[in-house]
Amino acid sequence: MSTQLLTYLFVGLSFALYIGIAIWSRAGSTRDFYVAGGGVNPVVNGMATAADWMSAASFISMAGIISFMGRDGSVYLLGWTGGYVLLALLLAPYLRKFGRFTVPDFIGERYYSKVARVVAVVCLIFVSFTYVAGQMRGVGIVFSRFLEVDVTTGVIIGMAVVFMYAVLGGMKGITYTQVAQYCVLIFAYMVPAIFISIMITGNPIPQLGFGSEVADGSGLSVLEKLDGVSKDLGFSAYTEGSKSTIDVFAITAALMFGTAGLPHVLVRFFTVPKVSDARKSAGYALAFIAILYTTAPAVASFARLNLVDTVHNTSYEQAPQWFSNWESTGLVGWEDKNNDGVMQYSAGTDNEVKIDRDIMVLANPEIANLPGWVIALVAAGGVAAALSTAAGLLLVISSSISHDLLKQTLMPKITEKQELLFARMAAAVAVCIAGLFGIYPPAFVAQVVAFAFGLAAASLFPAIVLGIFSKRINKEGAIAGMLMGLIFTFTYIVYFKFAAPELNNADYWLLGISPEGIGLVGMLLNFAAAFTVSRFTAPPPKQVQDLVEDIRIPSGASAASYH
Amino acid sequence: MTDKKNNMSAQNAKDYWQANLRLLAKLLIIWFAVSFGCGILLVDWLDQFSFFGFKLGFWFAQQGAIYVFVALIFVYAWRIQIIERQYGVSED
Repeated sequence: MSTQLLTYLFVGLSFALYIGIAIWSRAGSTRDFYVAGGGVNPVVNGMATAADWMSAASFISMAGIISFMGRDGSVYLLGWTGGYVLLALLLAPYLRKFGRFTVPDFIGERYYSKVARVVAVVCLIFVSFTYVAGQMRGVGIVFSRFLEVDVTTGVIIGMAVVFMYAVLGGMKGITYTQVAQYCVLIFAYMVPAIFISIMITGNPIPQLGFGSEVADGSGLSVLEKLDGVSKDLGFSAYTEGSKSTIDVFAITAALMFGTAGLPHVLVRFFTVPKVSDARKSAGYALAFIAILYTTAPAVASFARLNLVDTVHNTSYEQAPQWFSNWESTGLVGWEDKNNDGVMQYSAGTDNEVKIDRDIMVLANPEIANLPGWVIALVAAGGVAAALSTAAGLLLVISSSISHDLLKQTLMPKITEKQELLFARMAAAVAVCIAGLFGIYPPAFVAQVVAFAFGLAAASLFPAIVLGIFSKRINKEGAIAGMLMGLIFTFTYIVYFKFAAPELNNADYWLLGISPEGIGLVGMLLNFAAAFTVSRFTAPPPKQVQDLVEDIRIPSGASAASYH
Repeated sequence: MTDKKNNMSAQNAKDYWQANLRLLAKLLIIWFAVSFGCGILLVDWLDQFSFFGFKLGFWFAQQGAIYVFVALIFVYAWRIQIIERQYGVSED
């Protein structure tokens, strides 16, 4: 069978599986739709959270980004995993004890204020929409690269599948499809990673191969060889950073606190039966995520080494097969500047080879000479990663509209059945808008996805943490803090990225912190504003202080519900 | 419930919360030390040591910290359940 046919078969089979699960797990009530009925096993929830969390960017782009950034790429590895510690220790168990449906639910009740609830909804929608547009685009790209359909058709097929299980099944459908998607994506990631590790080092475990000697008899370890090769070509050494320490610190922190403040991740912990399950579930989620996140930097180093070895100073005639295969997609390219017929790769202006970071994962199976079915598997994995994240995001958008905006704020008289209908309609509309973003990506989308974290860190994270750990923070403080963090971070990013991009360098940055890391400063301002304003205004009412005492202790937890 | 019992459970809840905060502080110090400490602030100094073929600082930044994160969450889930039972605020 040709690779093309196998790819259709694998992607088709995985879609049939997701739709089958969606039909089997239809949502019958708002409880099913918002929190999957509240009875999800912690291991299952951990797996679903992992698929929810690992997006097209984690699957396709992360290893490539690291392989070009070297040690500076650690910001993503640390930032996108360390947040789970905060989530498990500071947020998830208490939100589970609180036992409602959404993140704005918590903020609205804890700060006894519809304004606070609506501010939270605005933060949530802004963060989630920028993120989901990137996912739909990812689905389209995977389709167009592997199945040779155009991006628009790819996005529409992806929308149709997400529509099926997100609108029908709500959180319940999403949870069980995400479990299937996790299995597909981790298998698709690990198989090529193991083979390329064997090829480069002879060690089948990428995490160990990463520190081993290269199997070429040179006696050098992978990283020593990579450092040497990088320096020879004019790049900085792979294991040394070029970003300033303060910027690395700030970006890592913004990603960590942002991770802990992302609504589509937080809401997953509303679905488990008990407070103790919420803690364990976060542990399982991170363990499942860590499998990919500790493999990615190994793949990054192997792929980079292999790339330089096979491409640099090779005559174009003898270029490996994968190079010409991928040339047509524009992800790799060669321009013979000195007309010698040989490809020269370097950091300087005489560089002749153009390499897109995504190639590091996408072309891996071919680089390692793996059979067609592995290539088909990677395609199915990429689609699974993008769809699972898109579905999780669409769900929090639709529930914040049907539950927080309509039921709790604008139309409190609607029945549960009507609310469920509104939830489904909101999900349907959100799918279509996300699809449009995927087909006609606004120029800013690609740039803002990374900033969703900074905004979440500066707005939602402090409001939730303070709501649990301080009884003194009142609604005035929380609202002032959220607005302060959101506006400061948003303005800083817009200023350097869009208004004055020519000034976007360390000389002009505040304290040398780039727009990617400014969420940390926004978060500190949020905390400062919340404490100061609360100090000079009346403390929260007695019943809110009692609520805080109640969520702090695990006993007496009931399943998520209306009160 | 009698007043005395009520007071006792309120006191228990308070003590439980204090014990929880102490545990959180310990674990978050480790969290900070392995990621921001070893992986970022001390990374250049640690790189002089070699660890299973890696420079130590680099290993923390791209591998070690992640393993510690996973362990921290499970340690918390385990320790806090013991503390819960000790103060009688466990959910089961």
